[in-house]
Amino acid sequence: MKVLANLKYTKEHEWVKVDGSTATVGITDFAQGELGDIVFIELPEIGLEVKQMGKFGTIEAVKAVSDMYSPLSGKIVAINSALDSDPMIVNKDPYGEGWMVKLQITDPSELNKLLDAKAYEGLLKEH
Amino acid sequence: MTHSDTTPKRTPFSKYHEALGAKMVDFVGFYMPVQYKGITSEHLAVRQNVGLFDLSHMGEFEVTGKDALAFLQKTTTNNVATLEVGKIQYSCMPYPEGGIVDDLLVYRLADRFFLVVNASNIEKDFNWLKSHLFGDAKLVDRSDEFGLLAIQGPNAQKVMAEITSHDLEHMGYYTNAIGKVAGVELLFSRTGYTGEDGFELYIPPQHCDKLWKAVTDAGKKYGMEFIGLGARDSLRLEMKMALYGNDIDQTTTPVEAGLSWIVDFEKDFIGKPIMVKQRDEKPTRRLVCLEMEGKVFPRHGYDIYDQGKVVGKVTSGTFSPSLQKPIAMGYVPLDKSKIGATVNVAIRDKQYPAVVVKPPFYKSASHR
Repeated sequence: MKVLANLKYTKEHEWVKVDGSTATVGITDFAQGELGDIVFIELPEIGLEVKQMGKFGTIEAVKAVSDMYSPLSGKIVAINSALDSDPMIVNKDPYGEGWMVKLQITDPSELNKLLDAKAYEGLLKEH
Repeated sequence: MTHSDTTPKRTPFSKYHEALGAKMVDFVGFYMPVQYKGITSEHLAVRQNVGLFDLSHMGEFEVTGKDALAFLQKTTTNNVATLEVGKIQYSCMPYPEGGIVDDLLVYRLADRFFLVVNASNIEKDFNWLKSHLFGDAKLVDRSDEFGLLAIQGPNAQKVMAEITSHDLEHMGYYTNAIGKVAGVELLFSRTGYTGEDGFELYIPPQHCDKLWKAVTDAGKKYGMEFIGLGARDSLRLEMKMALYGNDIDQTTTPVEAGLSWIVDFEKDFIGKPIMVKQRDEKPTRRLVCLEMEGKVFPRHGYDIYDQGKVVGKVTSGTFSPSLQKPIAMGYVPLDKSKIGATVNVAIRDKQYPAVVVKPPFYKSASHR
């Protein structure tokens, strides 16, 4: 189960990477493994404003269906449209090609409420 | 049903699944692989080539004695009297009220009957059958005495031919034999739960390592894949094969579930009067196959609507890897059960149209 050191995590198994005022969001390697083969990903419209831990999409996988929650508050500025035709990219590369959305973030201090890699690994050990 | 308070039982092959990196789960008290590489690719490997399943969790009972046949006639719905030595029949054990204790396979061997039951029901089935024993009929639970491997797919015979000299060419579907496989004398059958051609091998525990090696070595030549319970579920669903606990249970009758073909109305058996009544007067609901468009798919327990009202429930659903569309089974009122009828299925906050189709969903399976 891969956990990357340079990312922040939610307890719901999303990751976020902040670059200036833009944040890239996806689901973790653990999450894709739990879901199994992904059939369909419902992503939001560009321009949607989300609150921290607000729902921004749904993943329909063979084994389960799961909502996705935004690690940070902000406005959706990009969605990964490649996932529309091949959602299993997320199974293969959850931290890279399998990213979900990019956000224009509004409150960088919210990062403090997220888990770092070590804390997230600790959470996974409880599973 | 949870077994999380106890450690799941390991099968003779659990160590191999772990070494292969399978995702392991506690499935009704057994430590089983749910997937190795991925459910979709495993599913398609069985449809297009060949795959290997560990089904050691299944239960096996033996029935012997002069009254064995009469006992099984009473406790199962299919006609055991027509079952010849070396043949197998699909059947079910009914309650007096018409509900189903379990569905099962009945093997007829030269000197005994061999029953294969669902892992989740071993104890319940055994107690049920035991309470109905009469005369000279003896029932023994042999569930712990077999490892079970299933080789399934259009190329299953090629793999099997590498490890046995038994005449597979003339071995019919739903027949059994006792013969040497990889040098070990064991019971095997041409059966499965995938719709594809295939074999199931009942292996004494002391020979399980030997058979695992022989079967996997033979499979390498043909690119055989390892298949978990996830693909087992989608494979059986594409064939409209019922899963106990999902599609059939104590509250559903064989007539409602479309299993009248395994009910012999000419013989006497537990639950017959209510089944005859349902057959004659038509049941109020039927288990149907539903096909949908799009990518969002229904799952067990989702509601089925007609004209704004809940009229039934989805019992099994998935995104069909072969058909590339959502498929489901569910109970609907009789007037909605005809081929071509339409209903709506609620998936979270929306309703989606579904049409009743003729089973099976997947029509090109190789079983013979």
